[in-house]
Amino acid sequence: MKSESIKLIDEKGLRIDGRKPDELRPVIMEVGVLKNADGSAYVQQGNTKVIAAVYGPREIHPKHLTLPDRAILRTRYHMVPYSTDERKSPAPTRREIELSKVIREALEAVIFVELYPRTTIDVFIEVIQADAGTRTAGIMAASLALADAGIPMRDLVAAVAVGKVNGQLVLDINQLEDEYGEADMPIAMMPSLGKIVLLQLNGVLTEEEFKKALELAKKGIMKLYEYEQQALKKKYVEIKPEEV
Amino acid sequence: MSITPTNLRIVSTLKKHSMASLIEKGLRIDGRRLDEFREITIIPNYIAKAEGSAYVKVGGTVVIAGLKVGVGSPFPDTPNDGVITVNAEFVPFASPTFEPGPPDENAIELARVIDRSIRELRVIDLSKLAIIPGEKVYILWLDIYVFDHDGNLLDASMLAAMTTLLVAKIPKAEVKEDKNVELNKEDKASLPINNKVVTVTIGKVNNKLIVDPTVDEEQILECKLAVSISEDGRIAGMQKMGTGIFTEEEILEAISLAKNASKTLFSKINEAIKKAQ
Repeated sequence: MKSESIKLIDEKGLRIDGRKPDELRPVIMEVGVLKNADGSAYVQQGNTKVIAAVYGPREIHPKHLTLPDRAILRTRYHMVPYSTDERKSPAPTRREIELSKVIREALEAVIFVELYPRTTIDVFIEVIQADAGTRTAGIMAASLALADAGIPMRDLVAAVAVGKVNGQLVLDINQLEDEYGEADMPIAMMPSLGKIVLLQLNGVLTEEEFKKALELAKKGIMKLYEYEQQALKKKYVEIKPEEV
Repeated sequence: MSITPTNLRIVSTLKKHSMASLIEKGLRIDGRRLDEFREITIIPNYIAKAEGSAYVKVGGTVVIAGLKVGVGSPFPDTPNDGVITVNAEFVPFASPTFEPGPPDENAIELARVIDRSIRELRVIDLSKLAIIPGEKVYILWLDIYVFDHDGNLLDASMLAAMTTLLVAKIPKAEVKEDKNVELNKEDKASLPINNKVVTVTIGKVNNKLIVDPTVDEEQILECKLAVSISEDGRIAGMQKMGTGIFTEEEILEAISLAKNASKTLFSKINEAIKKAQ
């Protein structure tokens, strides 16, 4: 079980990496990072690094998976073996299978799947360095890659995890805070619409704490949403006229 | 890879419409209120060979959980704690949409949600399950089998899991020469239980929230929120499932619905255990 003895917040109220409780880790987002994929994106949050890529809408193989009135979505969240402290086997773990499912379900709420019947939209997420918040970084990378692929969406998805460490709620937890903290709540939203598309809670919170955690998450999500928009704009502003 | 399901159960459009329009009016097709569970049957110690077990029936959903106990090495990061492993399988005859093979994403998700709620709330005091600290500990295998699928597998499975842990009697460990450990099946004791947890799954249809959806109702749900609640009313875990969206207000309403419904579930568990003793 987790040890509660580790001090994750100092006397000044600062966290183990020097952040304030409501402060995000430094973010880097880049769109169109791969040559072959229809859309791709790189997201870095602190020491967490994720690449996502989208293929599609394209034909489905095997054919029996086809749906006549909408596109299907296929999503794989995967951590590469060198992304973690101990080597992670490349075979999909139970955790990765579950996260692939919750990420797919979150994205299905966002994409206008009914516009592309009898096709598949494939979303691949590779975590290349894991330091907590990989599913939230992954879902943001996926949403940027989908936008880069030109797939119509209701909104971008911004996501962050709120944690509880030493009895205090903190935004965007890192690996130490995840390992030794008391709760971890990843949440993904369509920020402009204020809709929640992914919500998990691992840990114990009172109803009051949950409400506060949700407020904290929303604050982080609005900030991340701005970074996402900047990253998307950056790619298209940079295209030189002669390339068009 | 997670793929949009295409082998869904078929429910007639007429039935879907009548279920949805009834829910709109605050009614259910089976006569229940929106916040009401179906009839619940819990039979503890259903399987004599298991160290603990429970048969649970919620409406037409049938789940049997069983606990088996062994001795093994602890995890390196928790050398002084026992180990619990939760596994769930949906047997092929439980539904026309289930197929033989290793657990799919739904079974894995279900087992992991239950595992997390038990772990995070410290339902079992795992530190009391070390035999030789750092070397030998109790290993608990909690296996959840779904035998008939009539919706809301998660809440039924959690009821079965929780009842199983509460009634389980595990054999005393005896340390022999050379640190060999033997389990004495003649001398058994209850598990060190700290707390109790249940899961209440709330479904969303046309901005209405319903408790304990049936398998047919699940076909008209936009999404579900499973809320794990401890006996002292804290939130011990959450999982949004399905492809739809929730607003903040809906999440808060779902939590309070879950809190209320959890009281029924705890009283069912406590009643069943009292009877079994």
